[in-house]
Amino acid sequence: MEHGSFTNEREGTFTLAEEDHTLANAVRFMLNQDPRVTLAGYSIPHPSLECVNIRVQTTGDPAREVLKDACQELMIMNRHVRSVFDKAVAEFKAEQEQKKQREIDSMDIETH
Amino acid sequence: MANEVEEEEMKRIVTETEKTFAKNFNIFDLPDVAPGLPPHLELQRTRVFCKNDAPIHTTSVSYSGAYNAVGENNSVKLESFSENFRVEVISTSPDGMELEFDMIGIDAAIANAFRRILLAEVPTMAIEKVFVANNTSIVQDEVLAHRMGLIPIVANPRIFEYLSENDQPNEKNTIVFKLHAKCAKGEVRRKVLTNELIWLPNGSELVKESGVSTSKPKTFTSFCRSQDSFPEFADNPIAPSYPDILIAKLGPGQEIELEAHAVKGIGKTHAKWSPVATAWYRMLPEVILQKEFEGEQAQKLVRACPAKVFDIEDMGNGRKRTKVARPRDCTLCRECLREEFGEPKPKAKGEDKSKREWIDNVALRRVKNHFIFKIESTGSLPPDVLFTEAVKILEDKCERVIADLS
Repeated sequence: MEHGSFTNEREGTFTLAEEDHTLANAVRFMLNQDPRVTLAGYSIPHPSLECVNIRVQTTGDPAREVLKDACQELMIMNRHVRSVFDKAVAEFKAEQEQKKQREIDSMDIETH
Repeated sequence: MANEVEEEEMKRIVTETEKTFAKNFNIFDLPDVAPGLPPHLELQRTRVFCKNDAPIHTTSVSYSGAYNAVGENNSVKLESFSENFRVEVISTSPDGMELEFDMIGIDAAIANAFRRILLAEVPTMAIEKVFVANNTSIVQDEVLAHRMGLIPIVANPRIFEYLSENDQPNEKNTIVFKLHAKCAKGEVRRKVLTNELIWLPNGSELVKESGVSTSKPKTFTSFCRSQDSFPEFADNPIAPSYPDILIAKLGPGQEIELEAHAVKGIGKTHAKWSPVATAWYRMLPEVILQKEFEGEQAQKLVRACPAKVFDIEDMGNGRKRTKVARPRDCTLCRECLREEFGEPKPKAKGEDKSKREWIDNVALRRVKNHFIFKIESTGSLPPDVLFTEAVKILEDKCERVIADLS
């Protein structure tokens, strides 16, 4: 949901239901990284309400588009994190397997 | 006449090309101005300084234009992130349920999102309803039910659906366990452990009481088919993660008979659905000696550190100095920054200026974008799968916001 003026789309407050610091802080970070953003912040209006308000003010681009881009970028970042992590874990497991194999081999030599 | 000469001179001094040069002049283009941030700013941006009294420069500078004044762009480009981001797996526990890895080149905002999702938003299965048929043990029904709820269960939650309020419990959203433990009269007191929980793949066996007598007795679940027939459970039946978790103790003549229904949920609703015992990170410690510590001083520094970060190094000619051998072990206790380190307290304040000198020469820092991440799974899913699930959940959140905005 968006609270903003119809005449000035450079700024807006977006209410995300059923979200908390987890997403809001990450999105705020992504927004602040964007050179088009002059101000970005978030607040949780009340601890018993399950929503966050994200405030975006830009240098000229529509705030809605800038927020969308930030989410998009965060998503791409996550995809990259996942692929790098999976690769690292696979490599580690292969290494561990090799180590085990080598240990077994050396034990065989000792017994013979 | 004199005026004309002056004008002529002016023209000669400032030519048109010189004017455009002055307009486009940028001090950072000069060959002898080093590119990038000045070293002290770079250090403040990338490190937390742990001083004697408190840490400083703790926040990360996220605003893209923060360093515009020194001609630096602070925004993280996706390409540079992709280039610099690294993951290094450090260790796993023998049972594979603990994982330690380094995440390098990511901001705390995003690392923290992963951690929070791991704790509170990755789904698992946990016992939600307990039907007590008989309980003569000293553990009250509600306490027993609570204890049952906290038992971690090995069942891939991705195959199950959430049970919503109006749903009938069926084979796609409920796992049923039976527990019947008895301590006969005259026997000694005994323990009831999780290995006595029996999985019922065909659903509940308790008959619902109803006024109308029908031909087929109704139970508390309505399974269409046995969970045995699921390919995922054919080889590894559903059971608690550990067979030796204590549920209750029974004295002679006491008995517990109950049925427990496990459903899918997330840690936000109740901690019993949290898939991790804990998931946490710390920033990489960095210990730097800004001068050589030799002889007696070196010994003192090594002795002062309870985490055994320092070692003595031989320099030859019988001279010895301190070496930072294991900075990763540093807990930032700041014992090495104490004024009276390794010595009795100075008698009067400001008595010994020389001590102050070496306090200032040990730098304790933390690397802001290097996270030592540790995941301790409760056993329902291996920790590496949990992490990828967490990242996927964050992706889904972003996708939802994008869909909402479009």
